[in-house]
Amino acid sequence: MGTTTGTAAGTRDTTGSPRSRLLGVVTLLAVAVLGVLAFVLTDPDVRIHPTTGEEFGQFDAVRMLYVHVPLAVMTYLAYGICAVASVGVLVKRTPWWDVTAHAAAEVGTVFCGLVLVTGSIWGRPVWNTWWEWGDVRLMTTLVLFLMFTGYLALRRTTDDPRRQARRAAVVALVAVLDIPLVNRSVEWWENRTLHQRSTIGELKIEDLTLFTLFFGFVTAGLVLAWLLLHRFRVGWLEQAALDHGVAAAIAERHAETDDAEVLRSVGERAAGEGTSGDGEPGS
Amino acid sequence: MVELRAAVALLGRFPALSGVDLSVDAGETVLVRGPNGAGKTTLLRLCAGLVRPESGSATVLGHDLGDGADRRAVRRRVALLGHGAALYDDLTVGENLRFWARAAGLSSGSGPDGVDQRVAGALDRLAVPERLVDQRAAVLSQGQRRRVALAALVVRRPDLWLMDEPHAGLDQAGRDVVDGLVAEAVAAGGTVVVSSHELERVAALSPRVVTLAGGRVVDGRAGGGAT
Amino acid sequence: MGPFLRDAWLVAERDLRIEARSRVVLHQVVPFSVLVLVLFGFALDADHRTLRTFAPGLFWVAVLLSALLAVQRSAALDRADGTDTALRMSGLSPVALFLGRATAVFVQVVALQVVLVGGLLVLYDVAVEDPLLLVVAGLVAGVAVAAAGTLYGALASGLGVRETLLPILLLPVLAPVLIGATRAFDDALGAAAVDGWSWTGLLAVAALVLTVVGASAHGALVED
Repeated sequence: MGTTTGTAAGTRDTTGSPRSRLLGVVTLLAVAVLGVLAFVLTDPDVRIHPTTGEEFGQFDAVRMLYVHVPLAVMTYLAYGICAVASVGVLVKRTPWWDVTAHAAAEVGTVFCGLVLVTGSIWGRPVWNTWWEWGDVRLMTTLVLFLMFTGYLALRRTTDDPRRQARRAAVVALVAVLDIPLVNRSVEWWENRTLHQRSTIGELKIEDLTLFTLFFGFVTAGLVLAWLLLHRFRVGWLEQAALDHGVAAAIAERHAETDDAEVLRSVGERAAGEGTSGDGEPGS
Repeated sequence: MVELRAAVALLGRFPALSGVDLSVDAGETVLVRGPNGAGKTTLLRLCAGLVRPESGSATVLGHDLGDGADRRAVRRRVALLGHGAALYDDLTVGENLRFWARAAGLSSGSGPDGVDQRVAGALDRLAVPERLVDQRAAVLSQGQRRRVALAALVVRRPDLWLMDEPHAGLDQAGRDVVDGLVAEAVAAGGTVVVSSHELERVAALSPRVVTLAGGRVVDGRAGGGAT
Repeated sequence: MGPFLRDAWLVAERDLRIEARSRVVLHQVVPFSVLVLVLFGFALDADHRTLRTFAPGLFWVAVLLSALLAVQRSAALDRADGTDTALRMSGLSPVALFLGRATAVFVQVVALQVVLVGGLLVLYDVAVEDPLLLVVAGLVAGVAVAAAGTLYGALASGLGVRETLLPILLLPVLAPVLIGATRAFDDALGAAAVDGWSWTGLLAVAALVLTVVGASAHGALVED
């Protein structure tokens, strides 16, 4: 129960608060700094082949990784939060878990889409293809993206909110449990992964490169936290509006009782049927 | 038997019941009436343990309906005649009845308490013609479906009967059968809650009439001899 | 355990009996699956060599698309005429209900596969090199498809958009089954040199996971 009681966020008309505004400013600053680090201050990945003396490496494409890799990690984090919250929905059955799961899934799917796009753009110069079938992480991420597209589609259906919460929780849990299977199957499938040929370890490591990547993680984490916070508050406000709507609807239904037609039909019975003696006529 | 205090039940986001007070004693027959959309069907579904009370208190057969396990326990002891007959068109009448009897946990033995005996008894009680038993349910008429649906419930020997518009779609003979069934259930110590528009017919059966409007009881909330 | 399996069988028997009478899967879904094989033939404009190479993959795509229809049919049985409410009132355990439905879907998916293997032999001119692998992989993958299908069929049931929602929910989950079963059939039909038995092992894990998750999650979907 408890959904008919008011909520803390019920009176607010914005999802912002002083603290979340501060978080927002810090996040935007971090994004700007990351942009400068990744696109201006760091060097392109250029290596010299020891015997032939030819230049090779990822060149400017490596800059994409400062965004791509942190986004990928945060995607998995967001889906992890969604899975944990989904367990909460099934066990505790309170709206808080449901709103959290929904928020995490939605933000996670935006991140996941960005991971696929940035990866594809990066792959074009480095792998010489937009898309590589048989790459484990790429395929796993794609399937994850598709599963959560279904999750969000389910969320868009008009259903009893409580049942929808449980249905969505089941979908999220199946998706997360299915991922190791997808991962395994793709890995065996081609038994090769382009990612392994181009891991961070092979890059020419400089202090600034490493720092930029680290800063990328911090920034992506801040963006995730900021979006999650606001998406959660939107969900919480929707929940409050729902509760408010129910309370109003109950009042409205009570007003129906005073309807002249009902009173007349009650009167009809009192006059027409002598058998019912134990009611409270006119109440 | 049934004890509702300010019970609210939601259909999605709509408060189909907006605060119902109702108490029904064991062995009592109650007629619930009210305009379309008053909440009659939801009231019966709430009592059947199918709908969770959103607020207020609801106790049926000694079980608190706010609790999931209690609702499941209530469902097993209650018979709900809903709008559908719950028949699979491609199964015969007999197969349908045996399926529902066994789904309710009755043993398939042939003793007096076995499924076959009980099904035969129920079909007899509802005056379902012998020749229909091996017919596919798809060929039944509306009235025949209703009788078979009632027979499926009789098999379960419930403690509480909830009938939503039991007379709808029945011919005169069928209506008499329903009335007889209600009388018999009450005579056997059962409790019956009927929702109906057939005032005169049920008034003869039921000394107590409850009027529902806007999702709550507007008349007859204190029942005969209740608390 | 006794009454539990009895209940599961009660449901499976009901669904199979309904199918035996109505023959919806036999008369509509099976022809559809063969049609898919024929359409692949047209689309690939192929000689037998190409078709033989792609036969395992085309086979499993056809199985998945047809299984979608079988699952929708299975879920529709308990939506009509208040049967869903009556099931909840009956006290039948959701786990037994799940296992019963999944068993019936499994039988139908296996029947589909038998017909489709016939289609492969005749239309695509394939040769079975390892019949045992073919049968085992087909059965195990059938369990996975039936379990996931039954769970998502129940999940999409009761939603107005179920016909459009079911495929986008179900097919991604079955991606590892599609990959694994196709590789296993590659081996069994001699289309590619892979180790089909280890793929069957992966399929078995998928079948187990989906069955356990499906059975335990089903209660959360059908209860109040």
